[in-house]
Amino acid sequence: MNDLREEDSMKNRPTVGEILQAKGVSRRGFLKYCATTASLLALPPAMVPRIARALENARRPSVIWLSFQECTGCTESLTRSAAPTVEALIFDAISLDYHHTLQAAAGEQAEAARHAAMQENDGGYLVLVDGSIPTGNPGFSTIAGISNEQMLMETVAGAAAVVSIGTCASFGGIPGADPNPTGAVSVSDLVKDKPIINVPGCPPIPMVMTAVLTQFLTFGQLPELDKLGRPLAFYGQTIHDRCYRRPFYEQGKFAETFDDKGAKAGWCLYKLGCKGPTTYNACATTKWNAGTSFPIESGHPCLGCSQPQFWDKGGFYEPLSTARFGSKEQLAGAAIAGAALGVAAAVAGRRRQARYTKEA
Amino acid sequence: MDLLEFAKGPALQFAAFVLVAGTIWRIVGILMLNTKPDYSEPRKKAGYLAALKVIYTRAFTAPPFKKATMYPKMMAYVMHIGFFMTIFLFVPHIVFFEGWSGLDWPGLPNNVIYFVGVATVISAIALLVRRLTSPVLKLISNFDDYFSWFVTILPVVTGLLIPTRMLFSYQDLLAIHILSVALLLVWLPFGKLGHTFLVFITRGTTGMVFERRGART
Repeated sequence: MNDLREEDSMKNRPTVGEILQAKGVSRRGFLKYCATTASLLALPPAMVPRIARALENARRPSVIWLSFQECTGCTESLTRSAAPTVEALIFDAISLDYHHTLQAAAGEQAEAARHAAMQENDGGYLVLVDGSIPTGNPGFSTIAGISNEQMLMETVAGAAAVVSIGTCASFGGIPGADPNPTGAVSVSDLVKDKPIINVPGCPPIPMVMTAVLTQFLTFGQLPELDKLGRPLAFYGQTIHDRCYRRPFYEQGKFAETFDDKGAKAGWCLYKLGCKGPTTYNACATTKWNAGTSFPIESGHPCLGCSQPQFWDKGGFYEPLSTARFGSKEQLAGAAIAGAALGVAAAVAGRRRQARYTKEA
Repeated sequence: MDLLEFAKGPALQFAAFVLVAGTIWRIVGILMLNTKPDYSEPRKKAGYLAALKVIYTRAFTAPPFKKATMYPKMMAYVMHIGFFMTIFLFVPHIVFFEGWSGLDWPGLPNNVIYFVGVATVISAIALLVRRLTSPVLKLISNFDDYFSWFVTILPVVTGLLIPTRMLFSYQDLLAIHILSVALLLVWLPFGKLGHTFLVFITRGTTGMVFERRGART
């Protein structure tokens, strides 16, 4: 019965192609988007027609967006993508059935919409999560009187897949930073029986988000992921690998302060704490604000926001090779301990010497 | 705490503690030992100048042995100079020292350091092959020699691997590199690597003893 209802429900939904046509997106614009997506996903050009065909014929998948301990930056990132882009329209083309910030419904109506979406699309809907989940006390964060953990678990039960949007949902993020007062955890810490894609970043790049959804719509399967569950197409290389300032790193040319000669000349920001070498993300290639730039291009070191526990990895402006060699007090203690051992060893040695001399 | 945080924090702190305590233990322990009584009449007065002279002259091979020891001597020089250059002239290392001591100095371009690092590894391998193929060297070598060689060259190799991302991520390779440095620091005071801080003390002592006995230095 459920299957029949789901089938009816899906049949009634317009295809992505129909929606884009209704929105006035040209064929050229649509194919351009498909080609860009194929390129981003490192797929061969021959796949572009397949992406286009699949997208045109794809029924709008139901998407439930859950927001937990978050700052809404991830949603802002997606919705503020430079004016009406094709990516934004693709987002219109999914059936976003539940999203606190964007949905018109409120209160009980909103929760009713979530339940309806879950029932109508049981086993086939996508759950997008932004924000971490508190496990310390259910009352730390609730929606409609339901704890975040309870809402997550009941919503993902019938989902086809889960996409963790942002570093908080992917790895615990800022709410999970030391001392983690709410016991914040990531989606993958709680959900073990569903496919999960992590799209970390604080916030993540909008294009990465849409490309991941496009791949899911096109091939009906998850993209290839790295060991942290991130799509390899976007998180396969470090910022440092693709950074346009990399040649300066190799030449040993570094900005020492934010306003010195090196900073003005665009030299490497390693000494100013850039975490590019240890950060996997597509910022250096996909860039932000419709391809305008990315933080390093704007003169600021990478904070490493798409990496787990980025908030607790020392100071943002502390160079990567800075290590804690011990305080002066600790080293002085070591010196005193060493001197005491040395004296003891010498005394023992002298006694042995005296004994040998006597024997001789 | 991930591996890199562990390497940069507790592992390096432990290594620094052992390095400082172990080094001072060895130096104090040796300096405070009784000197062997020498009942012979002194040929010359053995002062610090004699010590300095031997520290200088032992940097070069004595003429009769020049030809026979040219190859290992050259390799040893390449290895030692290369090792010091990679430690003190690679900018990320300078940043590390600056963060710890506040001192800063100019570094070399990375490609130069990579070249020097490879030369260091090659010279170290050449020295190991010589040790393994020379019957005399093989006979007098023990675990200390081989392990000291291993812990010395390991940080250079792991450092060179970082930009290649071979098998591991940059982050994991950096952690492995720092852990290999920690291993070196922990071993340094106790094995033959103690020559790092004893070399001038031992050579100076030899110089003073030889001077007193009238030996040519």
